Amino acid sequence: MIRGLFLAILALIAVPLAAQDKAPPAPYANVQLEDAALEAQATELMETLRCLTCQSQSIADSDAPIAGDMRHQVRARLLAGDTPDEVRGWLVERYGDYVSYTPQVSSTTWPLFAVPLVVILVVLLVLWRRLSARKIKSESEA
Amino acid sequence: MNRILYLIPLGLFAFIAGLGGYMLTQTKDDAIPSQMIAKPLPEFDLPPATEGVEGLSSSDFVGGGPKLLNLWASWCPPCIAEAPHLETLKEAGAPIYGIAMRDTPEDVAAFLANHGNPYEAIAHDKISAIQFELGSSGLPETFVIDGDGVIRYQHIGDIRKEHVPMLLDLLEQAK
Repeated sequence: MIRGLFLAILALIAVPLAAQDKAPPAPYANVQLEDAALEAQATELMETLRCLTCQSQSIADSDAPIAGDMRHQVRARLLAGDTPDEVRGWLVERYGDYVSYTPQVSSTTWPLFAVPLVVILVVLLVLWRRLSARKIKSESEA
Repeated sequence: MNRILYLIPLGLFAFIAGLGGYMLTQTKDDAIPSQMIAKPLPEFDLPPATEGVEGLSSSDFVGGGPKLLNLWASWCPPCIAEAPHLETLKEAGAPIYGIAMRDTPEDVAAFLANHGNPYEAIAHDKISAIQFELGSSGLPETFVIDGDGVIRYQHIGDIRKEHVPMLLDLLEQAK
């Protein structure tokens, strides 16, 4: 009785599996490229592309079918002679900056790059003023 | 003067905390809009998804009036929910073209037998390449394509009853 109930619960837990597709993964979804240098480029790129359905994972990390299909696109396009920047550009053209984990400078992202520079400038200015003030003080004491 | 200066960090903190609190009350929109609107349909040529249906290529969308392009799959539960509303659209005269993602001919045939076939043609894309070409990130999604083959509108998620008049309007405007 308890065993039957246990099995029934297990079967219920497995229900979401029915909502998965049965199609085999795309050829290059889980297969590395033969050229090790190209595969290294592909890996580096895939770690900086965002999975579209599992929004906080890169496509290198994700096991979602659509991430597998994206890995296939990345590997197939690199194999066809595209550069990693071209593949990233191809995706950004379709999904916007959203899809890339390495933001490019644009009208909306420039503060990301400008703020650290401004902070460094302010710190340098404060340091310079304090140090020169101390110098004047020690000279007047001497 | 100095006292007022000391209040600045507190004010900043209150502003950021307030902003955080406000954002918590807002509904989160996870949809990723396609950047392909107002651009021509990317080129594709895909085989039929099962026996007795036609395949589909991008050239089918050039000339012959506006059309709906529906991305779906037999394994996608919301696609079942939108099936009756696709039927309504078809009855209202909307030409609907489907592409099934990562599917099998048997599953597509079973889906059509269970939920009806509102499609003029159903192609199969076994590696979801057309989704990436269109800037689509989930299923189902429906695109309004005008008679010149230009993408006019992207509907993310299943089509509900209240979306039907809007889609018919958009088809009318795309003429």
